[in-house]
Amino acid sequence: MARSLHRLANPGRFRRFAGRVLPWTAGLSAAAFTAGLWLALVDSPIDYQQKDSVRIMYVHVPAAWMALSTYAVMALASAGALIWRHPLAELAAKASAAPGACFTLIALVTGSLWGLPTWGTWWVWDARLTSVLVLLFLYIGYMALWRAFDDPRRAGRAAAVLALVGAVNLPVVKFSVDWWHTLHQPASVSRFGAPALDPAMLRPLLVMYAAFLFFWATVLLLRIRAELDERRLAALALQRSP
Amino acid sequence: MRVFLALLGRDLALAGRQGGESGLALLFFVLGAVLFPLGLGPDPGTLAGVGSGLLWVIALLAALLSLERLFRPDWEDGTLDLLAARPEPLVMVVLAKCAAHWLATGLPMAVIAPLLGSMLAVPGERLGLLAVSFLVGTPALTLIGAAGAALTLGARLGGVLTAILVLPLYIPVLIFGAAAAEGREGALALLAALALAALALAPAAAAAALRHAVEQ
Repeated sequence: MARSLHRLANPGRFRRFAGRVLPWTAGLSAAAFTAGLWLALVDSPIDYQQKDSVRIMYVHVPAAWMALSTYAVMALASAGALIWRHPLAELAAKASAAPGACFTLIALVTGSLWGLPTWGTWWVWDARLTSVLVLLFLYIGYMALWRAFDDPRRAGRAAAVLALVGAVNLPVVKFSVDWWHTLHQPASVSRFGAPALDPAMLRPLLVMYAAFLFFWATVLLLRIRAELDERRLAALALQRSP
Repeated sequence: MRVFLALLGRDLALAGRQGGESGLALLFFVLGAVLFPLGLGPDPGTLAGVGSGLLWVIALLAALLSLERLFRPDWEDGTLDLLAARPEPLVMVVLAKCAAHWLATGLPMAVIAPLLGSMLAVPGERLGLLAVSFLVGTPALTLIGAAGAALTLGARLGGVLTAILVLPLYIPVLIFGAAAAEGREGALALLAALALAALALAPAAAAAALRHAVEQ
């Protein structure tokens, strides 16, 4: 694994790898979205209490999962960039931020839309919602830090340190629903996890998750490639200018 | 240890002499607390419910204001390069500067918090708790803020950027600080845990960021 990751540090090799993989991830994402949306919006049963609003789950939950795991990838890539000075890891972390922020925003907005019919309110200040909001701010801060320096090397290292510092929020998001009973009001609707989800609902959920996953892979590869192009252009411009 | 104490003494002397930037942060803390009764109305019933939480929010903002001066002067005049060239680890430098910053801002805030609390109609028996929550929580504000301030050295929009980076990380301190000030069970212990975690992690992050800023 580490070896193959190091092989990808060569931009040309990465470009060939991305070129081969991209059509597959894009195609699989499109197929999974088509199947998943049909399964989720048409085929899956309605909830006896929540009626049709339960279908929001099929977008909300995968988006929330992706929001968390994208940050985890960003933090790991940042660690790789800081420790091994892996050039591609830094680009991967940078490319992860905007998709991660979008996933977080989708999770927050769909959660809010779901909250109105089920909880009776758009927003409650419970631990899960607050910590996901913090996650969104961390993504935004990370992107702002990248843009704040003239020297991209300095920006990359500062952003990597920030990504690692912000990683302390990940377990808080993950376990907030279990931890908070002592202090804060518990989540108004206990999320699943403990109660097993009915297979008829689990199947569309997993297909949608796969769709999100492949979509993320596609966007990530595209963004890394664009970033490589940009750096190459900058290097060429430097060579041209006397 | 000798170097630690020398740095601590130097930073405290600077905080006291240079027109007192830490004094300005304290003044901001007092002014902010005065603004709220004027905006919310002076009804003691309303204020009593929100007073300690308000003080915590203002403390966060006051700490944020003072962060700008934590590393920047030393970075600009080259002191930081000299400190980084010394054999002592940068983590120690960060800890010394954080200790001085806390003694100059966090501790005085904790001392005047009960006074402001009584102005905001916080019930008398909770004023002690308010001071204790400030004593325990403000070190976390300084330490987390130090990491943010070190990251934004040399950045455009330094001050605003520090706020954007640091405020989300301050949220847990605010939640448990305000809860501890209200005497919620277990909140003070969690606040102390947060401060200790910040003490363990933030100086390392700040030192790494300082190293990068110096090597630039």
